[in-house]
Formats: sequence, C-alpha cells, structure tokens
Amino acid sequence: MKPINLSQKTDWHFIDQVREESGQNAALCYQCGNCTAGCPYTHYFDYPVSQIMRLLQAGQKDLILNSKSVWLCATCEACTTRCPCEIDVAQVMNTLRIMARRENRVSEKDIQKFYDTFLGSIKRHGRMFEMGVLLSYNLKSLHPLADADLGPKVFLRNKIHFLPKNIKGRAEVAKIFQRFAEKSK
Amino acid sequence: MAGREYIYYQGCAQEGTAQEYDASLKLVMAKLGCSLKEAEDWSCCGSTPAHTVDEVLAAALAARNLAIVEKMGADTVTTPCPACLTALKTAHLHMGRSQKFREAANALLDHPYNCTVTAKSNLQVIYEDIGLEEIARPVTHKLPALKVAPYYGCILNRPPGVAQFDDPENPVAMDKIMSAIGVEVVDFAFKTECCGAAFGVAKRQMVNELIYKVMTMALDAGANCIIVACPLCQQNLDLRQSQVNRTMQSDFNVPILYFTQVMGLAYGMDPKALGFGKLVVSTDDIIKSRVSVEEFEKRQKEAQEKASESQKEIKES
Repeated sequence: MKPINLSQKTDWHFIDQVREESGQNAALCYQCGNCTAGCPYTHYFDYPVSQIMRLLQAGQKDLILNSKSVWLCATCEACTTRCPCEIDVAQVMNTLRIMARRENRVSEKDIQKFYDTFLGSIKRHGRMFEMGVLLSYNLKSLHPLADADLGPKVFLRNKIHFLPKNIKGRAEVAKIFQRFAEKSK
Repeated sequence: MAGREYIYYQGCAQEGTAQEYDASLKLVMAKLGCSLKEAEDWSCCGSTPAHTVDEVLAAALAARNLAIVEKMGADTVTTPCPACLTALKTAHLHMGRSQKFREAANALLDHPYNCTVTAKSNLQVIYEDIGLEEIARPVTHKLPALKVAPYYGCILNRPPGVAQFDDPENPVAMDKIMSAIGVEVVDFAFKTECCGAAFGVAKRQMVNELIYKVMTMALDAGANCIIVACPLCQQNLDLRQSQVNRTMQSDFNVPILYFTQVMGLAYGMDPKALGFGKLVVSTDDIIKSRVSVEEFEKRQKEAQEKASESQKEIKES
C-alpha cells in the first residue's frame, strides 16, 4: 500500500459515521491480526480485514468503500468470534458494505447483482424462487451459462421448481420493500 | 423433550434444493416424538442479501415471520437452515435491544413483532431438548462402513452472542449425535470453516477453492463422508463437487449427507423416503453397508470366536 498523508486525508466524519451506524468502536482495535488469520477470504481481499480496521481508524473513506474486501466478506463471523477487543468486525464490514452501496461505489458488481436478484425474487413472490433467481442473475450479469453444468444434476433429481410458489402474504412482503423505499427517499 | 410440538420455519431452500433435508428431518423428528407445525404463510427471512442493503429492512423481513409465530401463540420457532436462523435471531436481538430500532422495523410491517420468540436450529432442538439418550433409543441399524466428518459451517454456532448454542470454535452436537447412534466420527479441524456460502453463483472459482480445502481436510482426517446441517454447505459440497474436481484437478467422490439422513438410516427408515435419491454424489455403498443391530452383533460374535479359536491354535501349536 502507498503511504497515506494523514494530516491531509483523514475523514473524521467517516470515522464517526461508521461508529454510529455499526455501533462498534474501531478505535479499540490494536491490530493483533486475529481477524485476518481466521478469515477464509483474506486471500481474495485487496486489504486484509485488519488493514480495513486500521484504514478505518485513519478515516480512509475512499480506499475502504472502493475496496473489494467489503464485498468479498461473506459474514462468516470468524473475525467477530475471535476479536480479543470484542469488536463485531463482521458488523463493521456490513456497515461499510451498506455505505458503499448507498454511495454507488460497489466494487464487485456480480455479487451485488446476485443479492439484488435474490431480493427482487422475495419482493415478487414472498419467497426466494431459486430457478428464477439463477436465470435472472445469469441474464443480468451477462454470464448466461454460469452453472449450466449443474442444471441436469438438479433437474434429474427434481430438486428445483420451474414455477414460483407465491405465498398469500406476498403483497404484505412487497409492502415491506415499498415502505422501506419511501422512508429512504 | 418428547411429545412436544414445534413451530417450524422451513426456509426457502427446503422447498427446493434441500428437499431431502426437509424430508429426513420431518421423519426423524416424528420418530423422536416431536411434531412440526409449519409457520403459517411464512416468507423469506431476507438472508445475507437483505443485510447488504439495510439493517432495518433485513430485520423487518425476518420479523414478519417472528410475528406470525407470535400470533400462533408460540414462544419458540425451529428452523433447519443456519442462514434463516441467523436472520431470525439477529432481528430478534436487535429489536429487543433498541426500542428505536424496533419501532423502525415494525413501521415496515403490517403486524408488529413484540420480541417474544426464541429461534433454535433443529440441530439444537434434537441435541438439547430431545437429548442423546432419546436419540439413541430408536436405533435398529448399524452403519459400520461410515467414518463421518461433521461439518458445521460458519454461522450455525457463530458469533456466540447470537447463536447461543454449542461451542463456536469446536462444536460437538453433531459429533455426539453420531456417536449416540453408533456411527464413527473423525476429529475434523475444519468443522467451522466457511464453504463460500452464497458466493457459489457469483464467485464460483473462489468457492471451489474453499470447498477443496474443506474436503481435503476431511479426507486427511480419515473421513469417507461428510455430514452437514446447512442447505448451503450441502449444495456447495455435493452439487459443486464435480466443478471442484474439474477446476482443482482433484478426484473427490465424497458423499455429503444431512445429519438427519444418517439418523434416519440408523433408525431403519427407507432411504428413498429420507431423500437419498436427491443427493448428487452416490450414497449406494453407504446404504448397502447398513446392517441390523442383531446381524451386526452376530457378525461381531462370529469374528470374536474365530479370533479366539485361531489364538488357541497358535498357543497349542
């Protein structure tokens, strides 16, 4: 990583904002590295999770919100479980993900598309429609044949439905999303 | 506690790719004297995707179901899926801790949730409420060919403040259930490593590498099959095993079973009813190796007699 000039580039507001939204005090982190040591995804991260925590202490908003790490974190909770300072690290990562989304800085578009397709399915049917999510994601992500090799395996075993199961309360579920959208305006 | 009725939150996967988990779980629970009553018109818990958008939205999606359970007059809900469990428990804890948060989540709902429902995984119910003694009682068959690696995955026991069940670093519930029904368990260090979870579709290569590590560790520990309590772990390890072999130049052929399927086998249940036909990697050898307890004891006795006879012969000569 390149040197960072802290006197010029510390975003104090960002530090406060993350503390408030996540309910976690990143200042407690003393860089023991336990979170990174146990993180199964660290190999894929651009900044290991302990570095994200350090960058957060230094108010490095741009580096963090544009990073791949916040989207490649799968919330497996190893970091949270093992943090000696009892920081809910996975919660911090989650807050950073939400903020990156809000500011339109999502680095891993495919992951976001998969999540959004999943939520669209819930909004429409009340439950997740596996087949619909897969097909719709493949179209949106421009990987039309992703996982096509698995198709015969699930079809032959009748493991997947071709039609969604619409629940009675699906309008009620759609309303959760609508009310949320109205409140976020 | 036998004879108890539980409100059952099935979860979306159980209707589709994890049908065999649902089927085997219902059969085993019934055998153990527990009935499962489906939560009325339940909806999706929101799972991981909702948490990347907003915490209040995520809580509301899960809490709609908790409010349904409340309305049904129950204080406990049980679910087989760790992702559903985490969503339900996180919503409950968060809404219980902060009135402001509860009001915000309830404002998105038609029927408010009053924070009176405890969510438990079916594994927890079987292990804690029913207990090992009751679990061992219906056993009619032995599975001498099996050496299982119990794989708990990431969030079934983590973080401890949310999961509040078993040990977050070295969970043992499945290990002990397997031992109670007479199945051999291996000591498996990757019990709680993440399999790649929901990244299977969007980040396939990454997930293949993670699965490869988990499977290699299980085989190195001496296992010949892996048991799971999570639809996503099962799907990644079983359905994607051929992808892993292709991309990692491996040669895995490891059956991935739900722990309830193994229990059902030991209880003498029909493998087809337990959903064995839905598993991708063949389990024929496991099913064929099943013997009744009487037959197993007879064989053991014969083997012992043979051994003592040959020892006698050695001594005499």
